[in-house]
Parts: sequence; structure tokens; C-alpha cells
Amino acid sequence: MNELLKILEDDGRLSAADIARMLGKEQGDIKKMIEDYEKDGVILGCKTIIDWDKTDREYVSALIELKITPQIGHGYDRVAEKIYNYPEVESLYLMSGSFDLAVMIEGKTMREVAFFVAEKLAALEDVISTSTHFVLRKYKDKGVVYGAVPVDERGNIL
Amino acid sequence: MDYSKILNNTVREIKPSGIRKFFDLVGESKDVISLTIGEPDFVTPWHIRAAGIASLEKGKTYYTSNSGTMELREAISGYFDRRFSVCYDPKKEIIVTVGGSEAIDLAMRAIIAPGDEVVVVQPAFVCYGPLCSLCGGKPVFINTKEENKFKLTADELRAAITDKTKMLVLPYPNNPTGAVMTREDLSEIADVLKGTDIMVLSDEIYGELTYGMDHTSIASLDGMRERTIIASGFSKAYAMTGWRLGYLAAPAEIASQMLKIHQYAVMCAPTMSQFAAVEAMTNGDGDIETMRSEYNRRRRYLVSGLRAIGVECFEPEGAFYAYPNISKFGLSSDEFCEKLMKEHGVAIVPGSAFGECGEGFARISYAYSVEHISKALDRIEKFIKTL
Repeated sequence: MNELLKILEDDGRLSAADIARMLGKEQGDIKKMIEDYEKDGVILGCKTIIDWDKTDREYVSALIELKITPQIGHGYDRVAEKIYNYPEVESLYLMSGSFDLAVMIEGKTMREVAFFVAEKLAALEDVISTSTHFVLRKYKDKGVVYGAVPVDERGNIL
Repeated sequence: MDYSKILNNTVREIKPSGIRKFFDLVGESKDVISLTIGEPDFVTPWHIRAAGIASLEKGKTYYTSNSGTMELREAISGYFDRRFSVCYDPKKEIIVTVGGSEAIDLAMRAIIAPGDEVVVVQPAFVCYGPLCSLCGGKPVFINTKEENKFKLTADELRAAITDKTKMLVLPYPNNPTGAVMTREDLSEIADVLKGTDIMVLSDEIYGELTYGMDHTSIASLDGMRERTIIASGFSKAYAMTGWRLGYLAAPAEIASQMLKIHQYAVMCAPTMSQFAAVEAMTNGDGDIETMRSEYNRRRRYLVSGLRAIGVECFEPEGAFYAYPNISKFGLSSDEFCEKLMKEHGVAIVPGSAFGECGEGFARISYAYSVEHISKALDRIEKFIKTL
């Protein structure tokens, strides 16, 4: 049922009891559906969106474009696995277009990220080239706009 | 100066909305969770806003024709046909107004003369009685009943009609009860009206917000189009309250008279809003669907949440309000709402704000996030335990 997934995608903190009420279903049924989705790997996890710029954490992120030589029999999967196993890699996508893999990296400093690319990614034998783009500002991520906290400005009219 | 001698007596005698005082209290209090507001919490979808902005960028800052741009009237006409199977001529039978409120005002001013009686279904949005009085008309209130699911019944209507009755105000889907009238319900009302000279002012502003069934316009029933004026607008369907844009659909003979009032009183509806509205009606069906689904989830959440903590609540099937019965708690609806706000920090609207028949009830808006509603329910539960 896509409605349940959509609700959870928008707000992962809602309890099964709350969702059951929203959908007019039994709490036990919703729990079971969520467990099934987890077993089947449809629901993979649940995280929190944090604006690190508003904290004292040193934080920088970058998009790395990689051109790859695909391997016979494995395509891009093997090299992808080698890359995504690094905890520094936040996300990894196989892309259409002028490069092959898009890697999102998180690090403390630009220097740290640059060294990671040079020493870990560029060094992989299947990697033909890398191109690093640092994120200067996040405006919106996972559907959430960064910046001011919304205030209810609606006038009191019946 | 003694302004009491200067001011129009009819205006002076209109009571200011009783709820104002309560809203002022809400505004002054800190840490109050409010569930009072009667407008969408969604922002107008971006593609609609963008169409309004584009019209400004292109310099479309002129007046439109009095009845609105032809493009918009054609879109409205197409919408009536598509959604409610009722046809209106965009040239002669549709007027674009400044909000649904102006549409209601125009309909009343075109029909009601001093001494005429207007049957007004209660509880309802607060404007009908005062606007009727301003025309010199006499509002005759029908208090709908919870056991009838707050629908108007044929018997109630028959009992209210006299030889002075000019108009019936039919506000469904209803604010504040959330009641709807199905085709079958409306057909019983239509049977009472057919053969009379009574006009129906059907306020269908919440017509896109029904849950589990599609809205039926009374104008689509046999023999009713000729005796119906539909007032509606963009505010609730597309979350466009601030754009102040509504519309009227009525037989040409009536529309032409309403148009004169509109022409002299406001000239035309805001031009940028009209351009945005064309985009809304052309490409906004998906937005309505998304918002309706979200409201429906909140509706189920709120109503089942109220019942779970022991508050009886009639099942609302339209608009975005629940209308629980709070009479068993032994307080008047004013006292209940004031105590709830002052002692537990939740603001809801006492039913008395919607007329005498609202005593014993309260209106809770679910134009708020589930998280917000959930916090309010926790506080309401604590409050009820003290009673």
C-alpha cells in the first residue's frame, strides 16, 4: 500500500498507532505491514535531516563524478561496492550521461575530502577520472527546505 | 459628534463576530496550541503561484472585464461540467468575484429586498445572517440536528417556508460541522423547492473537500439549475485564500443583475489572481488530490483520537473540521473552550460562535499537521480528566 510508504517517507517518526489512526486501520495490521516492508527490503532505514551548518560540527560535503571502466560480467557493481563500503560515502548513484558514478562524500574539511578522492577513489584501477564539486550551500534535501523554521502566520478568521 | 445618529442603524445593530474576543485571547496567550483556523495550512502550489508571478512579469496589471477574463470563465465553466455535470455559459452565467464571500454578498443583494425572508441553515459560517440583514431581509434560521448528521431535512425546510421566503442558503459541505448532503438528501430538498419561487444560494466553497464520496451540486438535480445560484471559490480547493478569488454561477437573468452590483462595488477581481486561477483549474487536479488525501488522514486521526479519549464526535465527511459534542462535560461551550485554553493551552472554537444551536459543541480544525493535532489531543485528554 503506497499510502503507508508515502506517510513514512514524509515522517519516519510516526508510530504505528498514529498511522493506523490516520488510515482508519488496526494498529496491529500497520505494524505487520511495516515489518513486512522491512523484511522485503522495501523500507531500508529511517534517518533525520540535520542542518549541520547550524551546529559547531566541522562539515563539508562534495559530489564526485567518476568515470569508470566497467568490468566484463560485473558491469559497475564491483567497483561500486568498493566505493560505497567507505563510511565517508554518503550516497552513490550510477548515472546516465557524461560520467558513470556520482559519489556524495562527507568530511570535516575540504582537504580531507580532497585527499579521500585522491588516495581512495582515484587510486582504484577501474576509475578513469574524477571530478570533485564541493557543496557550498544546501537549499533543499529530501524534500525539506533548509533555513528558517516555518511560522504559522495565518490570520484568525472563522 | 454623536456617531450613533450618523451611522446606519442596520449596521450598528449587527453584532460583531462573537469569536473575536476569544481569538484575541488566543493571540495574547503563550504556548497555546491552536486548532481554530479555518483555512488550509498548505501554501498555494508553486506552479499556481508562478503563473500569478508570470502575469506580473508580463505586465498584466490592468483591470479585466467586470465578470473576469474569458479564459478563466471558460475554465470555470469547464470545471462545473467536468466535476458536477452542470453547464454554465461562460459569457453570461459566470462571474469571477473577490473571494467566495463577495459571491455570497452579490447573490443576496441581487435577490433580497426589505421584508423578504431568507432561510439559513445553521450551524454555518457566520456571514449569511448579517449580509441578509444588510439587504433588509430577515434571516430565518433552521437548526440542523446531530441525529440527522447535521443535514437539512425536507420537513425542517417545509416548516420554515412562508409566503415571504425568497431564498434558502445551503452551505454544504458545511463549516463548522463537516456535514455533507448526498444526491439523495438534496433531491428531497429539491422536491420541496420545485414549483416555488425560492432561490437556493448553494455555498460550495468546500465542494472539493469531501471524503469517500464526490460532492453533488444541487444545481445538477432536475429542475434545480434555474433556481440555484452557486457561490464557490479557489480558497479551499487550491489553498488560495489570500488571492481572494471566488466565482458565481447562475442563470443569465440573475447573473446579469449580480454583475451590475459587482461592477459598481468592486469592478473586477484581482487580475494576477485570475491568471493564477486559470493555472489552478487547468493543471491543479493533482494538487487537490494530494491535499484532500492529507486532510482525510488528519480527519481520521483527529476524529478517532477524540473518540479514543472519550469525546463524542459525529463523523465529518467534508470540509476540514470536526464538530464534537461536548455537552456531557457539564460546561457551556464557551466555558469549555475558555478553560481548555487557559488551563491546558489548546484553542478550539466554541460552537456558540456559529449560532445558538452550536451550544454543546465545539469546532476543531484539522488544517494542521498530525504532529500538531497529536499534541493538542494529549492536552485535551488531560483537561477532560479534570472534569
